[in-house]
Amino acid sequence: MSFVRRLVGDAPPRILLSLGVLLALLLAAPALVGKYWLSVLILMLYFAYVGQAWNILMGFAGQLSLGHALYAGLGGYIAAGLYFHYGIGPWAGLFAGVAVAAIAGSIVGYLGFRFSLAGVYFALLTIAFSEFTRVAFDHWQWAGGSGGLFLKVEAATDIVNLRGGSVLFYYLILALSVGAFLLCRALLESRLGRYWLAIREDAEAAQAVGVPVLRCKMIAIIISAALTALAGVWNAFYYNNLFPETAFSMGRSIEITLAPIIGGLGTLFGPIVGAVVLTGLGEAFTDLGEVLHIPGIKQIFYGLALLVIVMYRPAGVWPWLARKLGLEEGQS
Amino acid sequence: MSGARLDLDGVGKHFRGLRAVHDVSFTVPAGAIHALIGPNGAGKTTIFNMIAGVFAPDSGAVQLDGRTISGLRPDRICDAGVGRTFQLVKPFKGLSVLENVTVGALHRKAHLAEAREAATAILSGLGLHDRRHQLAESLTLPDRKRLEVARALATEPKLLLLDEVMAGLRPTEVDVMVAFLRELNQRTGLTILLIEHVMRAVMALAAEVVVVSYGEKIAQGTPQEISRHQAVLDVYLGEQEAS
Amino acid sequence: MTSDFLLNLAQAITKGLLTGMVYGLMALGLSVIFGVMRIVNFAHGEMMVVGMYLAWMGFEYLQVSPLLCLPVIALIFFGAGYVLQRGLISPFIGRPEHQQFLLLLAVAILLVNASLAIAGPDSRGVQMESQFESYELGPLVFDAVRLQAALAAVAIALLLWLFFTRTRTGKSIRAAADNNLAAQVVGLDVRRLYAVTFGIGAACVGAAGALMITIIPVTPFLAVEYTLLAFVIVIVGGLGSMTGALLGGLLIGVSEAVAGLLLQPSLKSMFSFGLLILVLLLRPQGLMGKGPQ
Repeated sequence: MSFVRRLVGDAPPRILLSLGVLLALLLAAPALVGKYWLSVLILMLYFAYVGQAWNILMGFAGQLSLGHALYAGLGGYIAAGLYFHYGIGPWAGLFAGVAVAAIAGSIVGYLGFRFSLAGVYFALLTIAFSEFTRVAFDHWQWAGGSGGLFLKVEAATDIVNLRGGSVLFYYLILALSVGAFLLCRALLESRLGRYWLAIREDAEAAQAVGVPVLRCKMIAIIISAALTALAGVWNAFYYNNLFPETAFSMGRSIEITLAPIIGGLGTLFGPIVGAVVLTGLGEAFTDLGEVLHIPGIKQIFYGLALLVIVMYRPAGVWPWLARKLGLEEGQS
Repeated sequence: MSGARLDLDGVGKHFRGLRAVHDVSFTVPAGAIHALIGPNGAGKTTIFNMIAGVFAPDSGAVQLDGRTISGLRPDRICDAGVGRTFQLVKPFKGLSVLENVTVGALHRKAHLAEAREAATAILSGLGLHDRRHQLAESLTLPDRKRLEVARALATEPKLLLLDEVMAGLRPTEVDVMVAFLRELNQRTGLTILLIEHVMRAVMALAAEVVVVSYGEKIAQGTPQEISRHQAVLDVYLGEQEAS
Repeated sequence: MTSDFLLNLAQAITKGLLTGMVYGLMALGLSVIFGVMRIVNFAHGEMMVVGMYLAWMGFEYLQVSPLLCLPVIALIFFGAGYVLQRGLISPFIGRPEHQQFLLLLAVAILLVNASLAIAGPDSRGVQMESQFESYELGPLVFDAVRLQAALAAVAIALLLWLFFTRTRTGKSIRAAADNNLAAQVVGLDVRRLYAVTFGIGAACVGAAGALMITIIPVTPFLAVEYTLLAFVIVIVGGLGSMTGALLGGLLIGVSEAVAGLLLQPSLKSMFSFGLLILVLLLRPQGLMGKGPQ
């Protein structure tokens, strides 16, 4: 009970109420919306989830990772590979995927933090590891090489082996997103979370007041990697195929970062708001693109939208929205 | 809190051939307030950085209550009971005043609520209570200095290192800070070592003063003795008739 | 080791050196921009690709060889870069990396998709007679195009060196890179200098693109690869060092060619990234650069 109280903390009642209503709507969504909009919601929740995972490392601990696809890819490939070759169900396989991703995260983290790489240099290190792994998987036959790994699509819904349609995966990604949200909230209101914020603001000053900087950064990257790996597992079993070219690509790493950066780094609601904005824009531009019939026009609008957001709302959409809604700074 | 005794024994540091600090030794007894003075570039902050663990001395040792702390990481040294402020203040800008100090308090209090309580109490002592929800970024310089001291105090140190905490403060503000530090020292016995240029504060607070120049200790004594010491005058005024 | 193998190795090294010069020129642009303004240009590969497209269009529609188009392209890039810096990028100097990254990512998306919209997804190449010519020096064979491209790259690098060491503007830029505040204090118009710098960096990339199109055809999808390549080169050579960028380009060019010979060609980028990781860990300032901030 006190855990729940800690989670709720001093949140204003109207926020809790809104969240409650939102959750109820999301739970009922498959019954309320058609297949197309369900898939849009799934995409939105995916970005919200994976954005929150990334936000832990960047928004909370302040380390820019542009190679997060590494963890998603590892999680997906390991779990899918175990299922494909040995019939090991994903609920067990995910532990292996998460473990491998966590190890990868600790290697990247240790090398980066121990060698005092910051900012751009750290980001480049993360890119290098992700690219290196991409090429490695291109040549790893167990994982299907560059030709890809394909999971058999079953007609019947099978929760144990995560075979099934959109509804199953909708609830899974919803559960993951809600879980991540609660986890982030709990982390922020803990000593570890406060230490992360201090490190993000000024690591030297943090160390002077006793914050064990290296240890905290390592924990951040390991948690972030582990959570991202789960997204990879979900992805693999939902789309039923994996290619090194996409699973470990810079494109995937970048798309993981967009929702939190646009929504608002380091805030609780930022990645979620960002995911809504991004998916919304994506849908709007797809429709527009279909009307205009120019190749790449959707992406051009997308690029323009990103430009506008970074120029006029560099801190993200959520902080601005929160002020408009009259919310206190603290609750972000 | 009570105070710890600080011993520097033959401490030295060089940076790529430049000898920043050479063979500096002094002791600050538990519960005392001492000052470290000297012209700019004399090596005072380097000495602080060695005590606080930012880097290890190349020679000599630093001991706190007899235990060697030189070479430890800054957060371990904070564990041992050393708190420090920075010459150019380093607040957690994106966090509120209260949250800033809470980070310090979390060093000794495991729970966030307790830490916040302890932080609030310290803020009251330094006159920052009514600004506790303001973002640190929006504070004036004197308030930032107070915040820096509050945050260091929240870690419950036994030795407090203050690096030019009076710089930029008006004389009345200096007096307030001096009164606060004196009261703190008398009440808790906290050992304090100050780097200072503001002589008003040095005279009012320090029982003893260590003077460094070009990385070496050139004099040590009471403020009165130091103000008449020939070598000190030479260093501050140039080699001319003492005024 | 047979003499055949040695010959192939020498051939690969030669090819790598020549291509590497063009890589070096591309990376030079990135190095100049970062060295002076600490802006990390994530749109670098996209700019390169646009340069390649412009040169291709010059050849395809105006029948002018890329080498002749080069000065015009460089000029266009300089102007565009100047305006981009002055108008868009300037407020982002000194801001957190993730904001710069998002800004330049947006620019990259716009550039690559504009290319896609105009030229389509198919690869576009340039067919010139010189592509079939070659020179021989003993047992080694030099492709005429690669040789021309490399020489052009060297010439441009030399011009740049003269600019930065002999002209007033060039020296002012170096001063501003060294100490921004002091530069302003002595009256240098730092904003204009930054715009010139970005323009020069962009011109390098545009020129490199014009040279590269003579060697390989262009598709929009090359962009990400080139951005990454530019970063690898610049880190290995040293961010902010011009000679470093050129040396890095040569090194990467050679290692790619040799790796392509000894291992499977698809593994060559793995080698580059492995090298990047090693350099980041052991010597982040690269072969010739100043240390990381």
